[in-house]
Amino acid sequence: MTSIFVVLIIAMAVIAIAQLSRIHQLSNNLRGKREEDISDTSNKVNAFLMLSSMFVYFGFVIWQMVVWGPYMLPEAASEHGKDIDQLFAVNWFILLTVFFGVHVLLFYFPFKYYRRKGTKAYYFTHDNKLEFIWTIVPSVTLAGIIIFGLITWNKIQKTEDENPLRIELYAKQFDWTARYTGSDNEMGNANYLLVSGSNPLGIMTKQTINEKLDEYAADIAKLQASLANVMPDHKREEVEDKIAVYERFVARIMDFNNTKRNLNAGLDDQLVKGEMHLPIGKEVEFFIRSQDVIHSAFMPHFRMQMNAVPGEITRFVMKPTITTEEMRIKMDDPDFNYILLCNKICGSAHYNMQMDVIVESQAEYDQWMSEQKVFIAESGNTENSKENKIAEL
Amino acid sequence: MSNVAEAHAHAHHEHHETFVSKYIFSMDHKMIARQFLITAVIMGVVGMMLSIMFRLQLGWDGESFALLNTLLGDKWAPNGVLDKNMYMSLVTIHGTIMVFFVLTGGLSGTFSNLLIPLQIGARDMASGFLNMLSYWFFFVSSIIMLLSLFLEGGAASGGWTIYPPLSALPQAMPGSGAGMTWWLISMALFVISSLLGSLNYIVTILNLRTKGMKMTRLPLTIWAFLVTAIIGVLSFPVLLSAVVLLIMDRTMGTAFYLSDIIIAGEVLEATGGSPILYEHLFWFLGHPEVYIVLIPALGITSEVISTSSRKPIFGYRAMIGSICAIGFLSFIVWGHHMFVSGMSPFLGSVFVFTTLLIAIPSAVKAFNYLTTLWRGNIVFTPAMLFSIGLVSTFVSGGLTGIILADSALDITVHDTYFVVGHFHIVMGMSAIFGMFAGVYHWFPKLFGRMMNTKLGYVHFWLTIISGYGVFFPMHFLGLAGAPRRYYSYSDYPMFENMVDLNQFVTIFAILGGLAQLILLYNFFYSAMYGQKAVQNPWKSNTLEWTTPVEHIHGNWPGAIPEVKRWPYDYSKPGFEEDFVPQTVPLGPDEEEH
Repeated sequence: MTSIFVVLIIAMAVIAIAQLSRIHQLSNNLRGKREEDISDTSNKVNAFLMLSSMFVYFGFVIWQMVVWGPYMLPEAASEHGKDIDQLFAVNWFILLTVFFGVHVLLFYFPFKYYRRKGTKAYYFTHDNKLEFIWTIVPSVTLAGIIIFGLITWNKIQKTEDENPLRIELYAKQFDWTARYTGSDNEMGNANYLLVSGSNPLGIMTKQTINEKLDEYAADIAKLQASLANVMPDHKREEVEDKIAVYERFVARIMDFNNTKRNLNAGLDDQLVKGEMHLPIGKEVEFFIRSQDVIHSAFMPHFRMQMNAVPGEITRFVMKPTITTEEMRIKMDDPDFNYILLCNKICGSAHYNMQMDVIVESQAEYDQWMSEQKVFIAESGNTENSKENKIAEL
Repeated sequence: MSNVAEAHAHAHHEHHETFVSKYIFSMDHKMIARQFLITAVIMGVVGMMLSIMFRLQLGWDGESFALLNTLLGDKWAPNGVLDKNMYMSLVTIHGTIMVFFVLTGGLSGTFSNLLIPLQIGARDMASGFLNMLSYWFFFVSSIIMLLSLFLEGGAASGGWTIYPPLSALPQAMPGSGAGMTWWLISMALFVISSLLGSLNYIVTILNLRTKGMKMTRLPLTIWAFLVTAIIGVLSFPVLLSAVVLLIMDRTMGTAFYLSDIIIAGEVLEATGGSPILYEHLFWFLGHPEVYIVLIPALGITSEVISTSSRKPIFGYRAMIGSICAIGFLSFIVWGHHMFVSGMSPFLGSVFVFTTLLIAIPSAVKAFNYLTTLWRGNIVFTPAMLFSIGLVSTFVSGGLTGIILADSALDITVHDTYFVVGHFHIVMGMSAIFGMFAGVYHWFPKLFGRMMNTKLGYVHFWLTIISGYGVFFPMHFLGLAGAPRRYYSYSDYPMFENMVDLNQFVTIFAILGGLAQLILLYNFFYSAMYGQKAVQNPWKSNTLEWTTPVEHIHGNWPGAIPEVKRWPYDYSKPGFEEDFVPQTVPLGPDEEEH
């Protein structure tokens, strides 16, 4: 009902404006007034509007800073994030100066120089000195911005720690899995062909390889058996194609066994979902992978963002500097949590692909870590997986 | 060359024209310009409506709007709540329509076609036939894009950049099925249209200038169209190849962009391809595309600001130089869209450097506009208001570009609403304002009638207020960490303070949409019943105002006028009037600027 009213009101407003303008135009035509002849009054009105729009625009910008400024991201919770924030501050200073400066001139000139009777504009075609100045000044300013920016950028890329904490972030539609390396601080190899219900990240171990080979062998056998049945030609071709595909998969998986990869590194890896813990003050090297489409690991509070690209491993290093508890106090919000978001359009539920991030003391982190299951146990093979692993080693 | 064209034009006079050859399959550049403009207006209305539909969802998450249900039906807006897949489609098609169909086809197509022959003194385009083809490819591609909204699975929904694998795998989301196929076909046709048009523009500008029209006497509009066309010719083919490879990945089992994927439970064989390759190819067009959109708007503005300030454009040669510099640099900056793609950090630093360089010619342009206004004798036509608005938005939006160009800062704001705010102020306001300015200024040339000035004023002030009201707050949203292309933010406590902001934006978006109704009314009413135009309403110097108001084949009834001077002799001392048309010979002691 309300929407009908709204539509009606809009329609009436449009009709009213249209009729008014028609009347206006007809009377103009009668008086012999032409559209292109801008009367002094309307010229003056627009000139004043130009000047007042300067105050309105500046007022609006400042109002937004006051009202929404407090909701912007809090101070960076990571080491490199502080450098980024500093770079931001310098850039904002320069940009806001230019923004206000240029706009003062831009709104003032139309006001000052609107058409007046008997005046003529100043014929001024060029001035090499002036133009030189405003080529050089922006160039020098930009040189500063570029140099400062690149210094920060290069600093971010550097790893300080020889042996940082290694964590894999694995993205798929529509959740994140974090993989910790376990006691050996070495991430086991992984391949998408090994992904299964019990091995969601496709970690390469002797066991997972063999399980997968068995699975395909069984599938192929089943398909071959089905060929004995009577079926239409196109159906038969389909089955044969499928068998060929599976055989190629088998060949590729066999290869994992033949290479000189360490197939034990993955055994003690630990997989977690929903919540990722990080120890404070320890450098973390993230390895980011995707199972299906491009995702992006975005942790705004840490000023961290890196895409997850299928077929590639991307990387980002950062060191958290503020624990979740400290941040809760700073923000005066007992429910605050750091967050990992997906920031590359990835499908229908792109908007809800998140994971909480908890930064805590080393002791708390160790405690939490010890409660996490070890990978080989998760595959549901044995209860005492640790012993199993040791035996295998 | 011009003799040939002349003879050709005279031959045309003898023809008897049918309705079809005059209004539909016309080869006359003025008619084609009108066709481009009207198609773009329709596309613009659709694009705007799509944006208001998804803004409703963003402002009032999950709330029921009967309007949405009426427009989209039970499938895409059950109980009046926008479906999340449809949301993605709306966002995607809104972006595609606005960037390509309105601001590329609509802006370049309209004004290059209208103004190139008229301002350089040519009877028509070098090839009227190719020109006609260019429009009809554009038309068909528009129709396909619009119809794709009605497909069973919805239109393409991977964002206007359609990154694979999301766009390559139909299982990845509903819009990646038939919707994506239609999108790709439409874009392929669009690229063809753009190429045919651009080639024609380049050839015409280089070969068909009238006597005396040296390159250094060309209006800045023509320089802008020339650089735009060159950028188009060099970059659109790369998009076409990206699209072709994507079609092959989708249909022929190739793996250009695909590697190690499990999608919807299915293990794909593809290995060794890279989606990053697509990103490189796409942005090799995608970034120059931003300038394909912006440069014609800047050209139009240069012309309008000079004419309405009754003052020569300041630093004519510097303006040409900066347009060329921007055009050249636009080809070596594409990587700034990929700072967080995992691309080599060193390569990233190169792109930081090249990208920030663009700020220099841009700054030169802004300062030259300011100096043109300084000590002018300014007449506020609606076109002039929009041109000043363009300079304001160009500065506001350009400055945030400096933040985004800085790779270290981009880590924080990449793909957030900060980016959305930035490029909407540059494209959704600056470039659109340039287009509006062009429409108001050259309406008498397009339709032989005047638009209503008062309505133009109302339209301008409402548009700039609502434009800033929509796009400026988005920067704050981005700085709060809000990602773009999210259907809902309700699941995130960190964004709960931003609900007000989103509603604020939506309200202004609706206001902005309503303001465009004024333009639509003014446009169509004036085209039919507006005041009849006089030959040179703005007292302008350029050649198009020496042609008769009524459109004729060949543009000038007699010989093509010769050009004796540059186009910006406004308020030149020693002349009675405050303008000196390009056809007036230089006096004995007169210096050419």
